[in-house]
Amino acid sequence: MTPLTGYLLVAALLFSIGLAGALTRRNAILVLIGIELMLNAANLNLIAFWRYGPHPEALTGMMFAIFSIAVAAAEAAVGLGLVIQIHRHAHTTDLDRMNRMKG
Amino acid sequence: MQDQSLNTIAIAASIIMPALVLVPAVPMIVAGAISLMKQKRRKAAARLAIGSLGFSFLYSLAAFILVASRPGMSICTYTNWFQVGQAYVELGWILDPLSAVMLVMVSFVGLLIFIYSVGYMEHDENYTRFFCFMSLFAGAMLGLVIANSVLLLFMCWELVGLTSYLLIGFWYQKPSAAAAAKKAFLTTRIGDVLFLLGMVWLYAQTGTLILYKGGAGAIEPAALTTLLAQHAGLGLSAASAIGLLIFAGAAGKSGQFPLHVWLPDAMEGPTPVSALIHAATMVAAGVYLIARVYPLMAAGAHAGGSTAALTVVTWVGAFTAVFAALIAVAQNDIKRILAYSTISQLGYMMAGLGMGGVAVGMFHLITHAFFKALLFLGAGSVIHGCLEEQDIRRMGGLRAEMPLTFVTYAIGMLALCGFPLLFSGFWSKDGILDAARHWSVAKTPFYMLVFGALLTAFYMTRQVAYVFFGARRGNEPAHESPRVMTAPLAILAFFAVALGLIGTPAWPWFRAFLEGSALSFDWHGFVEPEFITLLGLSTVVVCVGLGLGLWLYGGKSPAPEQPDALEMLAPLPWGWLRNRLYVDELYGATVIAFYGWWARVADWLDRRVWGGAVAGVAWAFSRWARLNRFLDTNWVDGSFDKGCEELASGGGLLSRVQNGRVQTYLRILAAAVVGLIAILIWSSRP
Amino acid sequence: MSFVFYVLAAVTLAGALAAVTLKNTVHCALALTVAFAGLALLYLELDAQFAGFAQILVYIGAVAILVVFAILLTKGSETPKDGVYSRNWFAGLVISAGVFAVLGWAVLQSAAVLPGPGGDPTAAPEVTVLQIGNALMGRYVLPLEIVALLLTSALIGAVIVAMHEKEETK
Repeated sequence: MTPLTGYLLVAALLFSIGLAGALTRRNAILVLIGIELMLNAANLNLIAFWRYGPHPEALTGMMFAIFSIAVAAAEAAVGLGLVIQIHRHAHTTDLDRMNRMKG
Repeated sequence: MQDQSLNTIAIAASIIMPALVLVPAVPMIVAGAISLMKQKRRKAAARLAIGSLGFSFLYSLAAFILVASRPGMSICTYTNWFQVGQAYVELGWILDPLSAVMLVMVSFVGLLIFIYSVGYMEHDENYTRFFCFMSLFAGAMLGLVIANSVLLLFMCWELVGLTSYLLIGFWYQKPSAAAAAKKAFLTTRIGDVLFLLGMVWLYAQTGTLILYKGGAGAIEPAALTTLLAQHAGLGLSAASAIGLLIFAGAAGKSGQFPLHVWLPDAMEGPTPVSALIHAATMVAAGVYLIARVYPLMAAGAHAGGSTAALTVVTWVGAFTAVFAALIAVAQNDIKRILAYSTISQLGYMMAGLGMGGVAVGMFHLITHAFFKALLFLGAGSVIHGCLEEQDIRRMGGLRAEMPLTFVTYAIGMLALCGFPLLFSGFWSKDGILDAARHWSVAKTPFYMLVFGALLTAFYMTRQVAYVFFGARRGNEPAHESPRVMTAPLAILAFFAVALGLIGTPAWPWFRAFLEGSALSFDWHGFVEPEFITLLGLSTVVVCVGLGLGLWLYGGKSPAPEQPDALEMLAPLPWGWLRNRLYVDELYGATVIAFYGWWARVADWLDRRVWGGAVAGVAWAFSRWARLNRFLDTNWVDGSFDKGCEELASGGGLLSRVQNGRVQTYLRILAAAVVGLIAILIWSSRP
Repeated sequence: MSFVFYVLAAVTLAGALAAVTLKNTVHCALALTVAFAGLALLYLELDAQFAGFAQILVYIGAVAILVVFAILLTKGSETPKDGVYSRNWFAGLVISAGVFAVLGWAVLQSAAVLPGPGGDPTAAPEVTVLQIGNALMGRYVLPLEIVALLLTSALIGAVIVAMHEKEETK
């Protein structure tokens, strides 16, 4: 197994753990935590491919990862703000209770 | 002069003949008009009826004079009525001596009876209905006598029967009247069916329904030879067989044995009805019919001999004459005695036709019409005077209280008995006895008819003694009838005497008129030895009958509850005669019982078998409908409803996907993405 | 594969697992921080020093704190009475397992075609901050400006959301 494969597998596992958290936990914040983990897994993938890719001097992978970090930060801020807002209205962060958009 | 009179006759013929149909038509139209009038307009109805019959009488008189002016004249017409395939149905009328004399008799006697009815039916509330029916009857009877077509004759025959039914049952609220009307209709129906059969057979064999058609008619010599040539079984020729069938119809209408049972019951109708229909005219229609088709009946007779048809006519007539006279002896209702007397006299007429020919029978018919109508109207006057009492045992001594009625009634009674010389009945009955004596087949009818004459004198004496002589046995004193009723009585009494003049052997005007032969006044007719013996015989018979009657009943006035004088002498025969020789009971036990049984069988079939079948079909249909409803509700509707329900619940199921929870959507999203990636990777493998 | 890699990987994965399975939400946030730290060290291991330090600064220094703030503000520290796992949590688990299976299979299947480690696995690229700065201002200036706009709008948005909350509580 090449080092790249190792890193990729770790990223994949991290991604699925994050996905599992997003899909199985009741609390909305934990869903956001899961999403952060998924984003981080993608970042790890990018860095790993940059390091073991053909042209690491082009810095493509690193740049991508850095922008991803920035965007993830912005998204976390807005998302958590929304969660707080929801909590103000529904007095709960339990996702199972939030079914007013039921079909 | 000769030419001028001939011209006049020709002109008269051209006027009278074409409009001859008016004679029956006017009374019928008047009947229709009266039927539309209100019951309250009594005078108008009576005036219309009398006026119409008066018109018919005047016209008939004109026609009679026309026919009398030229001996043996006979004018026939016929027209096509409608076409059936290749054949034509024809109607026609005839004006010959026979129909002319019948026209005058019917319209004259009818007119007198109409006038009488104005007084008799005064207190009846159905006055207008009475005149409507009587006018209809008069029209139909007049149509019958001028019919040249057997079909037209049959139609008028049926109409006459219908009006007889309507008039017998005039007081239909009385059950006995309704039953009597029904009995009359059904009994004559039996005869009518046989008449119709004969008519159809005649048409089939001769190809025409017209009697006299200038040589091609149904009873003219050409057709008769055809009919004689064919054999109809039982050794009869077609002519005889048809003649017998037609006689069956006449027997029903004229009350010959065994179809006589309706006539006595027909006395339930009002007395003018009994006088007009059941004495003078309708019952005479049967005799007239035989006279009309006489060439058919007499076809094939050898010189001096007789045919099978005429023999049967004679025997039936003679038997009926004696049979009815016997029963008349023991009756206690004034009208029933006269009814049986009518049956008896009709038997005489038939016998006269059979043995002596048309003139003999018809003369007795004409004289009988007048004196029998007189007797009935007189009986009506008596009933009216005794306040609707009809039992002769409760009358008596009316000679003093109703003198005019008594005188006219006595004249009629003597005419009926055939009292010598003065009265028309003597001459007409003698004509029949004379023919009977000379009959080639057998002598028995002669003796029977003589015995019948004796009985006639006897029972009429009994009746007159009970009604007019003796002490008053009724409740209240009787009053004479008004002039409107006694005037017709007087006129009829006059004719009861005067008609004798035209039938004496010295001056046989009637026979010459009918046969179109030459006429001369000849005293020698009186002094022939045969004639003298016959004259003497009949005088003796009448006197014996009168004497017997006077001996048993004259001067006595038994109470109603006491047995009759004759009854005390011979109680058992009296009982048989009193019960009309049980003919009605015999019919009731056989024919009517059979029909009752048959009706019950038919009813059972109808209710159980056909009704059961219908009910079964209905039940099957209702079952089928229920099955359909079940299928429709449960399978068709049910499947559709179920489908819709499943659709709705499926929709409900599907909507559960949209549960509004973010994590569910995320899961689905993730699963789909996984699937897509897997497919991508799988498909892009090298 | 070096020993360091395995240790760092284990730490990261343990932290991540803990982050999604612990009952107490604050413990989850702290475990998340451990996971972030492990990732940063992995970046350093991969010779992406700038990314690693950026990870520490941003994720651990901002996002994790933000998460903790949010948990505290929404009373997330209390254990919910219905349990921490949502209904049908097993479906989520299965789906994640499926995702991992697919990704893992993809990775392992393509191991054969993966290019070998560029040159020498031990030959780490020389990445200086100067180079990164030049790249940011040069090649990647547009994404930089856009990300700046994005961050500005996110900031304003979060402030607006926070402001409204404050006005409502008054």
